[in-house]
Amino acid sequence: MSAIELSKVSKTYRRYSARRFATLKSALLGRSLLRELQPDETLMALKDVSFRVAKGSAFGVIGRNGSGKSTALKLVAGITKPTSGTVRVDGRVSALIELGAGFHPEISGRENVFINGIMLGLSKREIEKRFDDIVDFAELRDFIDAPVKTYSSGMYMRLGFAVAINVNPDVLLVDEVLAVGDEAFTHKCLDKFRDFRQRGKTVLLVTHSLGLVERLCDEAVWLESGEKQADGDSKRVVDAYLTAVDRSEERSLAASAGAARYSSPAPAANMFHASEGRWGSGEVEITAVALLGQSGEPSFVFHTGDSMSIRLSVRAAQPTSDFVFGVGLFNADGVCCFGTNTELEQRQPYLLAGEADVTFVIDSLDLVEGTYKLDVAVHKRDGAPYDYHRLLYTFRVASRSRDVGIFRPRYHWTFSSNVRFR
Amino acid sequence: MFSNLGSLLRYRGLIQSLVARELKARYRGSVLGFVWSFVNPLLLLSIYSFVFMKIMPGNDPRVTPFAVFLFCGLLPWTWFASSLTEATSSLISGGNLIKKVLFPAEVLPIVSVFSNMVHFLLGLPILIAFMIAFRHYPTVGVLPWFPIVLAVQLIFTLGLAFALSALTVHFRDVRDLLTNVLTLWFFATPIIYPYFMPSVSRFLTLFRLNPFYHLAVSYQEILFFGQFGHARSLLLLAALSVLVFLGGYWLFDRLRDSFAEAV
Repeated sequence: MSAIELSKVSKTYRRYSARRFATLKSALLGRSLLRELQPDETLMALKDVSFRVAKGSAFGVIGRNGSGKSTALKLVAGITKPTSGTVRVDGRVSALIELGAGFHPEISGRENVFINGIMLGLSKREIEKRFDDIVDFAELRDFIDAPVKTYSSGMYMRLGFAVAINVNPDVLLVDEVLAVGDEAFTHKCLDKFRDFRQRGKTVLLVTHSLGLVERLCDEAVWLESGEKQADGDSKRVVDAYLTAVDRSEERSLAASAGAARYSSPAPAANMFHASEGRWGSGEVEITAVALLGQSGEPSFVFHTGDSMSIRLSVRAAQPTSDFVFGVGLFNADGVCCFGTNTELEQRQPYLLAGEADVTFVIDSLDLVEGTYKLDVAVHKRDGAPYDYHRLLYTFRVASRSRDVGIFRPRYHWTFSSNVRFR
Repeated sequence: MFSNLGSLLRYRGLIQSLVARELKARYRGSVLGFVWSFVNPLLLLSIYSFVFMKIMPGNDPRVTPFAVFLFCGLLPWTWFASSLTEATSSLISGGNLIKKVLFPAEVLPIVSVFSNMVHFLLGLPILIAFMIAFRHYPTVGVLPWFPIVLAVQLIFTLGLAFALSALTVHFRDVRDLLTNVLTLWFFATPIIYPYFMPSVSRFLTLFRLNPFYHLAVSYQEILFFGQFGHARSLLLLAALSVLVFLGGYWLFDRLRDSFAEAV
């Protein structure tokens, strides 16, 4: 039994040209009112999308900005109608799309609760019965008789959320609203969603928080420019989505990684003052830099814990015995996360002649999620650069966990038996 | 369309509480608060009375006391004009509700008309106070016609409010157009002058085409002159009002699906 069913739904938004605003008179007298309202251009927000949501399940809708997620939600809510196809929803719907959309700033929270509740389809008596629950949930007992315009935006959202969720709908539509509250309130909302599902109600969640979809949803659908890319088990859909995001990031990083050119002859005074460029005498030249993934293929996006190889192709004009190879990793703030060179490691240079490959292999890339830049260099033992590439190569570390900082040590927790998690 | 029309009754509670909210919110933060509902028409009336009794005297003796006569036409006109002005922008100012919540859009223009009707009704005690002050009382026999005129005006105004609010979503020009049309309409209706003035009689056919002419004359006959001879025209207008109402709602219903996108 499905609570929501979209079959072959398309939604076309109209884009009007300026012509439409010609004059009211011509529109009325020329009997062209309806013609003037015809679109010149259309935008397909959804194309032939079908999915169904089982009763009592939580269902996630994911995708980039502009992929049609919110349009799908509005169709389910009944706010807009599909251009073609059918949307079927079973039971009372409450949409957490814009919290407190109907609040009037001048009147008190109490009065707004009543009016908002009536707007969402409750009777006065039903609201009276739930009033205390609503106020307690919103944690606004002390402010409920103050005009809503005096509320902070968090209080406003909390009250809106509390009313909407207490409408006791059969189907709850949630659009990215969990971002508004503090941590504690977000947890309370999540608990409420779980409680909802236990009572056999359906939750449809539109969000950019993939972790939330994995944790909360049984199934999910992934939309991309209005088309369904995948649906089914939420973990599988999220994985497919992440893989696609990696691939497109990879493409854009690859496009920006052009050949490095000499920019200035002199090195920056301080290695830790980041400013990108390339300099050096050129007696030894780094002709190419490649980042390689686990299986040796060029790559720009790595997952935490993957292995990464930095391969330098170098060419020495004359054989030399004075050379040092170095690498440095910098995060987006310009902080050096790690740097080393062969001199620091006390390798005695003996001979570099002609074309050569130098590979720096990181067995496990223990960095947190983020964008990183790379320094590579070859210079003399006294520091005079042959070829210094400063922050010219970019790669991304993707991580499924949301830890922060710079370094991600190998770690685990241990707890004594009286500390428990659910 | 008719099933949608039927569901209007379901929104009774919603309309009721929104009208109440509108009235409450309107005077929040003002010192006089709700008293403004009485003071506003009083001040308006004082201005008109001053102009027409002191600056431009010489009214027909049949319309003394002039202030009471003026009030009988001015009060319903204010209801009509401000209803339309508010209804016209109601969908745009309530855009948040239409776009983000499943909300019956027709409730918004209806609320504009009804909240102004409440102001109209609150003006009546002032009219009565004036009648007592000037010792000019209406005839009880024709008073039962009063709720009928009121109902006709309500239906007529609602119909126009539907049409105008829906059109404004697509043509913002309607708002500016309406302001000017209402000014013209006000002076083309016997409110600040009696309907039996010779200049009115000369263009009587033209005047009779103005729906509000019949409403104004009816109010004045019932509340001021004490004899109602306009019943036939009023009933004709009632029929027209029903047509305007249905036509306005039809247009509103036609354009309904475009609101969420165009607001």
